[in-house]
Amino acid sequence: MNHHAKDYILSHDLPRSAMDPAVMAKRDEKLHVAMIGLCGCWGCTLSFLDMDENLLRLLDRITITRSSFTDVKRIPRRAAIGFIEGGVANEENIETLVHYRENCDVLISVGACAVWGGVPAMRNLVPLEDCLREAYVDSPTRPLQQPPTIPYHEDIPKLTTKVYPLHEVVKIDYFIPGCPPDGQTIFKVLDDLVHGRDFSIPAHINRFD
Amino acid sequence: MTAKLYIDGREICASEGDVLIDVAADYGIHIPSLCYMRGRPCLGTCRVCSVVVNGSIMPACTARIADGMVVEVAQPEVADMRRALVEANFSEGNHNCPSCEKSGRCELQAVAYEVEMVVSRFPYRFAERERDQTARHIFLERDRCIFCQRCVEFIRDIDTGHKIFAIHGRGTHARIDIDVVLADRMPPEQVREAADICPVGCIIEKGRGYNDPIGKRKFETRSIRDRVLEGDKK
Repeated sequence: MNHHAKDYILSHDLPRSAMDPAVMAKRDEKLHVAMIGLCGCWGCTLSFLDMDENLLRLLDRITITRSSFTDVKRIPRRAAIGFIEGGVANEENIETLVHYRENCDVLISVGACAVWGGVPAMRNLVPLEDCLREAYVDSPTRPLQQPPTIPYHEDIPKLTTKVYPLHEVVKIDYFIPGCPPDGQTIFKVLDDLVHGRDFSIPAHINRFD
Repeated sequence: MTAKLYIDGREICASEGDVLIDVAADYGIHIPSLCYMRGRPCLGTCRVCSVVVNGSIMPACTARIADGMVVEVAQPEVADMRRALVEANFSEGNHNCPSCEKSGRCELQAVAYEVEMVVSRFPYRFAERERDQTARHIFLERDRCIFCQRCVEFIRDIDTGHKIFAIHGRGTHARIDIDVVLADRMPPEQVREAADICPVGCIIEKGRGYNDPIGKRKFETRSIRDRVLEGDKK
């Protein structure tokens, strides 16, 4: 995002207490795994959390950086495996996705929105102008004391005309469909990749809803 | 007359003239299909049951058993071709499983799981096709239609035998239409049958949807593969 005035502080720029060097060294040997969300409902991120105690079995091989587990806002270094939920619906999504692609060895689309656009892509059937008019100008729940306005500010990302699946913007290596996919399905994919097995989602666990 | 044929190298005996897709199912070999219904005339519209017969690709629902036939079902190229055909259906219409009444009892979805589809290799089109809700008991969600023509051929007016559903237009202009006068004369069981034989969520019975909880829906209690191989007793 192009900020003109530096009147903000980002959490990852704040000074941090130093980590134990031994812990850091051990962590650096592991595969770094991250997950971000673009235009989605964060349901897939909750499924990522649903891996629960299964994840303990992998913790000697992986470390989880930016994700719902850690609340880290930036990938501290290049990740081996990156999961993403949500489709591309605005300029900020594109910027985040391209940066993430450049910093992940393997990128995995998680959930209906990432795989084909999902619920946000329902607006692809309506011109963007009509969509904004319905939401902000003609909406029965808009504040009546104010003149109807479509929000516009340089800090608000511009919407793309249509919602796109991630693989139409950058190269995606694997896809986990579902709305949301089960935590165990995400775990299976992660476990397979960490152990060098081929990606597969067999029929009995595949879900599109 | 008994004929000897080979499916994926396995020797099989069957009656000459029988339908290949049925014979394969009898021997435990599942060939997915979206238009074929066992015991009813073959439509040959969806091509999802394509296999290699004596070196040529053809739908297993139109192929009749002949002596010495050599059939390849599992060959990776033709298996990928079947998956491509399923994926093309997902790109061509709007198959929003998370918001569809048919999810969990949809054959397109169940077949997509069987062919291990995770995404369509074709660009999603987000086709705009107006829905038709004029019939008293039926919604027509046109953007889900895959043009299998099951409803066109198998659902007919009980008194006259006239077709109730028809496809109008060609290519990207093709659309499924309903004769509202005849549709409103359909008895409730025929409305249910029309909605059930629709392999997607295009023909929707008004007032019915999301009846079974997730985990207990048709193809979750028994997969489409098992239903095809063991017979589908509803």
